[in-house]
Amino acid sequence: MQEYEAERLSAPQLAAMRRSLTGGRGALTRRSLLRASGACALALGGLGALSACGIPPAAREGDGAAASDDHSAREKRVTFSNWTEYMDVGEDERTRPTLQAFTERTGITVKYTEDINDNVEFFGKIKPQLAAGQDTGRDLIVVTDWLAARVIRLGWAQRLDPANLPHAFANLSAQFRSPDWDPGRAHSYPWTGIPAVIAYNAKATGGRTVDSVTQLLDDPRLKGRVSFLSEMRDSVGLTLLDMGKDPASFTDADYDAAIGRLREGVERKQIRRFTGNDYTADLSKGDIAACVAWAGDIIQLQADNPDIRYAIPAAGYVTSTDNLLVPARARHKTNAEKLIDYYYEPPVAARLAAYINYVCPVDGVAAELAKTDPATASNTLILPDRPMAAKSHSFRSLGPQEETAYEEKFAALIGA
Amino acid sequence: MSATDTPPAPPAEEAAPARPVRGRSLRKRLVPYWLLLPGILWLLVFFALPMVYQASTSVQTGSLEQGFRVTWHFRTYADAFADYYPQFVRSLLYAGTATLLCLLLGYPLAYLIAFRAGRWRNLLLVLVIAPFFTSFLIRTLAWKTILADGGAVVDALEGLHVLDVTSRLGWTEDNRILATPMAVVCGLTYNFLPFMILPLYTSLDRIDPRLHEAAGDLYATPAATFRTVTLPLSMPGVVAGTLLTFIPASGDYVNAELLGSTDTKMVGSVIQSQFLRVLDYPTAAALSFILMAVVLLVVTVYIRRSGTEDLL
Repeated sequence: MQEYEAERLSAPQLAAMRRSLTGGRGALTRRSLLRASGACALALGGLGALSACGIPPAAREGDGAAASDDHSAREKRVTFSNWTEYMDVGEDERTRPTLQAFTERTGITVKYTEDINDNVEFFGKIKPQLAAGQDTGRDLIVVTDWLAARVIRLGWAQRLDPANLPHAFANLSAQFRSPDWDPGRAHSYPWTGIPAVIAYNAKATGGRTVDSVTQLLDDPRLKGRVSFLSEMRDSVGLTLLDMGKDPASFTDADYDAAIGRLREGVERKQIRRFTGNDYTADLSKGDIAACVAWAGDIIQLQADNPDIRYAIPAAGYVTSTDNLLVPARARHKTNAEKLIDYYYEPPVAARLAAYINYVCPVDGVAAELAKTDPATASNTLILPDRPMAAKSHSFRSLGPQEETAYEEKFAALIGA
Repeated sequence: MSATDTPPAPPAEEAAPARPVRGRSLRKRLVPYWLLLPGILWLLVFFALPMVYQASTSVQTGSLEQGFRVTWHFRTYADAFADYYPQFVRSLLYAGTATLLCLLLGYPLAYLIAFRAGRWRNLLLVLVIAPFFTSFLIRTLAWKTILADGGAVVDALEGLHVLDVTSRLGWTEDNRILATPMAVVCGLTYNFLPFMILPLYTSLDRIDPRLHEAAGDLYATPAATFRTVTLPLSMPGVVAGTLLTFIPASGDYVNAELLGSTDTKMVGSVIQSQFLRVLDYPTAAALSFILMAVVLLVVTVYIRRSGTEDLL
């Protein structure tokens, strides 16, 4: 540049050019900006900055430390995060009768938000605050048992006070009383039970019954029209049962064998997909003839499509639960406990059960429902009778390393 | 920062040394940076910082219980690539195919809108953008109905024996399209088509129609006109369109998740599952960086090849 200038240009031209380079548009070109920001990014991304980050360990605090100052007495409110379609609604679709009745009785206002769509995503959302020992802004959350187990294991759930939970203590069904991940229900109470059973579209199977995992995996007439759930515990749990193993007490070798059995189904193209909630539309249309399905979905599908049937495998089925937890540092623990207890009063539980179509974990509801809604009361997917309850199994809780290893193997099976 | 870094302005030479040039010119020189400040801050907070954070995560080891610490474990990169290279290859293949299809479908349409649509031009442009008014997820789910087993599309293609050919090529399975590579590519093509059409339209629209007339006057056939006039002048649109399609398509996982099956998962699915399910944050972060590097490499080669560096 210098030589070029010196040789060819007159002094005024040179001055003009310099002015334009330093003060005019030329001072900041796209290239120089890119270069500058590149250098900036490098400096920022410098090694020092890299090693400064890190995710702190989930310090296993004592339950005393996880407990916060309880503001329940002064602040008559509670924030309740739940899944969508998990609460009864009134005629006008806007009021929530059971919650309203709770507020009228206790004077505690409930801020009810349906902000949980997916366990893993929700965990991603609340993890930073919990890991940093901060309040999540929620007093009560509902998460599936394996995530509840993880949250409790990490010391991120508060121990509940049995004195505030007389109904819950008395009315919890025996089936749900003492999961291995929360002995004696010290931290959690189930909101609903979610049986994973087999569903099929009778029109698509030509009227034939599909009632075992073996049939799902081996029946050549179902080839390419079978789906399993992408929820590891449901798919692998049912497969374990089908192989004669108990999902409550299996070994690594059993797990690998079950994964192997499913992999065979994938490789023979028997299994079409592993699905989340989106299997319902496929099943209803008949693109999927038979699948592993959640009981609550089946009840809803049956209302629209009489061809949808379900079968309880003779080998048994897996029931998971969605559980109420009070996260660490929540400000209104006592209010939250009162709300939990309220939903364990049989009349309230009956009203909820009639609406949400999942297994009700409260004893004494059958008698209540028989009065108001006999059809629901006799549906064993909502209120399991004794033989049905006897076939229910739960998937045992997993240690941290186990959980990662199993999820990894399952992820490899489903292609991701 | 750079204002003070730049070499001091050369002595003001013969031009009136009495004027207070320096102060004012410094302020003047700072103006562009002030104007850039909001943008730079935005980039810093929402791009640079997350990048640094993820870069750090990718070289950490640990678990949720013990916490993650930076241990400069670069092997994560090698392991992640070794474990998931099929998904990488698949991502590039699907995104590449979808981009090509978008170009083949989008170019004629953009050409039509730019040169032949007349008073329908605005309506057509609205129709191109209209699908964006509904959510990405809904649009993808709609393809499950379109491609349903025994649906009109599948029946028609089966009747024409197209599915026999595609099955043999491994694009479809028996006589269905859903849960096959073809469904995923269809979904990607559909979802990213507007990103191809709009830049193509913009660059075609800028071409002076008199150039076409001139080419005709010089005895160029329509094909020759297209080859020597229209296509070269629309190259910026082609490059911009392909980039806008290819880059997001290669990181997409919604289409693979909803329309695909186990053997059509793209690298986006792997990253999602490693982050959220397996809780292996380092591997997920490393995969993200590898994807970024691969895309950057492909894009750089492409831009060099097409001789459009100046566009960037």
